[in-house]
Amino acid sequence: MADTPETGSAQGSNKPVLSLHVPEPKYRPGDTADFSYLAITEAGAQARPDEACHASETAALTQDLIRVLGDDNIAHGPWDPKLDPETLRQMLRHFAMVRAFDARMYRGQRQGKTSFYMKCTGEEATSISAAMALASDDMVFPSYRQQGILIMRGYPLVEMINQIYSNRGDKLKGRQLPIMYSSREHSFFSISGNLATQNPQAVGWAMASAIKGDSRIAATWVGEGSTAEGDFHSACTFAAVYNAPVIINVVNNQWAISSFSGFAGAERTTFAARALGYGIAGLRVDGNDPLAVYAAERWAANRARANCGPTLIEHFTYRAEGHSTSDDPSAYRSAHEEEEWPLGDPVNRLKKHLIALGEWDEDRQAAMDVECAENVKAATKEAEKNGILGHGLHHPFHTMFEDVFETLPWHLEEQAAQAIHEREVKWPEGRPK
Amino acid sequence: MSTKEAKDAAMTQGEPRRLNMIEAINDALDIMLARDPDVILLGEDIGYFGGVFRATAGLQEKHGKTRVFDTPISECGIIGVAVGMGAYGLRPVPEIQFADYIYPGLDQLISEAARLRYRSAGEYIAPMTVRSPFGGGIFGGQTHSQSPEALFTHVAGLTTVIPSTPYDAKGLLISAIEDNDPVIFFEPKRIYNGTFTGYYDKPVEPWKKHRDSVVPEGYYTVPLGKARMVREGEALTVLAYGTMVHVAEAVCAEKGVDAEILDLRTLVPLDIEAIEKSVAKTGKCMVVHEATRTSGFGAELSALVQERCFYHLEAPIERVTGFDTPYPHSLEWAYFPGPVRIGEALDKLLSE
Repeated sequence: MADTPETGSAQGSNKPVLSLHVPEPKYRPGDTADFSYLAITEAGAQARPDEACHASETAALTQDLIRVLGDDNIAHGPWDPKLDPETLRQMLRHFAMVRAFDARMYRGQRQGKTSFYMKCTGEEATSISAAMALASDDMVFPSYRQQGILIMRGYPLVEMINQIYSNRGDKLKGRQLPIMYSSREHSFFSISGNLATQNPQAVGWAMASAIKGDSRIAATWVGEGSTAEGDFHSACTFAAVYNAPVIINVVNNQWAISSFSGFAGAERTTFAARALGYGIAGLRVDGNDPLAVYAAERWAANRARANCGPTLIEHFTYRAEGHSTSDDPSAYRSAHEEEEWPLGDPVNRLKKHLIALGEWDEDRQAAMDVECAENVKAATKEAEKNGILGHGLHHPFHTMFEDVFETLPWHLEEQAAQAIHEREVKWPEGRPK
Repeated sequence: MSTKEAKDAAMTQGEPRRLNMIEAINDALDIMLARDPDVILLGEDIGYFGGVFRATAGLQEKHGKTRVFDTPISECGIIGVAVGMGAYGLRPVPEIQFADYIYPGLDQLISEAARLRYRSAGEYIAPMTVRSPFGGGIFGGQTHSQSPEALFTHVAGLTTVIPSTPYDAKGLLISAIEDNDPVIFFEPKRIYNGTFTGYYDKPVEPWKKHRDSVVPEGYYTVPLGKARMVREGEALTVLAYGTMVHVAEAVCAEKGVDAEILDLRTLVPLDIEAIEKSVAKTGKCMVVHEATRTSGFGAELSALVQERCFYHLEAPIERVTGFDTPYPHSLEWAYFPGPVRIGEALDKLLSE
């Protein structure tokens, strides 16, 4: 052992003893949450630089929080997008529709109509308000919690539910996990399920648009937890190198399943601040402030469209529900957190703003909520005619082998024949009704 | 123009044009850049410099900086942006500088490019051709010599192509670029500049002496999924691809073995008919590849031949492969499945 240097202990030496830091969230189940440590700046207090500014001029905005709606429910400051009341009501309606949709689909999963669902409660603004600031044909590369974009862009609810049920009406032929939508018609890229892969893809799409002299830009979404993936960093590097017309939205909802944002580096700096290291403009926005989200996304869209380059936007928000139907958040975080979240609820904030403007009231809100719930219910009934998961009304067996390649090679033809043969062995008289 | 017509035309116009593999690949890329404005080349060092193996030499100058350009050193990024470009409607041809460097891009290839058509039910496709030099025999050490083809043949939705001659390299690359699905196009770099008999201590045989270095001008294709009959014979069937086609051919010739040699050219989808036909005729089969042995593509070939040609077989199938070690630098010729390993397998098969 004489040749082996002593390892594992600093005892007997005058070197400092190293210790490993393993991040720990402030609150666990049963704890009383207190968010007074968060620096929430006043609405309207943040400067709005020129959209064509040098990326470094956004430095202060990567640490601050762009806020428009104050506690008085009135829009303040240079980031006020000055949307007309009709646009605000449309936004509120999209919010209400997503919330009604989430409620019903969550119940449907609990009733055994499908395997999986993910709500976006509390994060509605980060998709709907952001998408409203884009052109309808700007290409979006979403993560898995941006159902608001599809609803905002008018994708039929019944198509979404067909996909969630993986039934015979599912345009994706029952191949994808529920909520992994795709709609080329709505410039909505196929959702992967692998995390952050959509980021470099969005940059590539934006590069292609620039190569072709197009005017459309790309936008992509990623959770704060997934910014730890290499893909996110590749995306930022390529976006910066080619000055790609792309917006990278980081939805910082504080939780990645059970891992708090500290495991993605939030204890050290903001997610928006990462932009500066790449030479990308960075904005940190109150993700529960629909007007601030709209304004930040529009700033970035205008910048990209004017060939001034990419923007990384951190949407500071809170995941009010579990990650998905497959986890119980009360097992890892304080239930008190959501109540105490200092930035409120985006739907409520927008509603109160419209009421403060004299453009809305509680009765109309209640009526709209009922109407949205009815719309979702009707769409659900319509979709259920095409079947629910595991009840036989799926696409024909042969479709399992299609679209692996454009044309079916011999080995898949053989395997398709085997699958159909197995079905005949199982049900010689045909499948029981 | 059919393959035969193209060859005939090349042969009848006086002295035929002869290219090495690199020149043939460059020619294919040049033709496709000119024919299709959606074709884009991207990769590390491929722009102004023309690639570390010169495969893209002169193409940026000719076709412009937004058609042929350098990328950051990020294979994840290169493949990832190529997926996005494909979704836009471009036909990207990324180069991965060495096949050994492809691993950071695997998630984008396996989970994204390969499955995009399937998961979106045809709404989005990934019509990209990933070119990458592969294989050893150039003293590249363990990070510039690997043959990772079996990682890709195992993935549903990927087509894997490996040419072994300049003529095929051009025609197969054009077919790959025109294909609407992702193609992994591995270029055996040992034979970029000359063919190879397996005797590393002998001078390189330049391509110009080889019959398949005659490469016609202009556009032609070699179909994907079709093997090439290198040599008809009666004694046994040799299944090989890339560099090993030439090594196996040389060893059989040296030993005077009347082998039927099939150059598979495309591993997936495989030309199973050509394999079945040949093994039914010869009754014996040897599978040769440079990649590591365990779970190599030879295992798949061996299983297929056993499953489909069992009653024609007169002897156990022989697998000749690299060893299950990283590719060693100083001992690379001890690793390489050269004339001794192939020769002994031939002797064993023919003695049965």
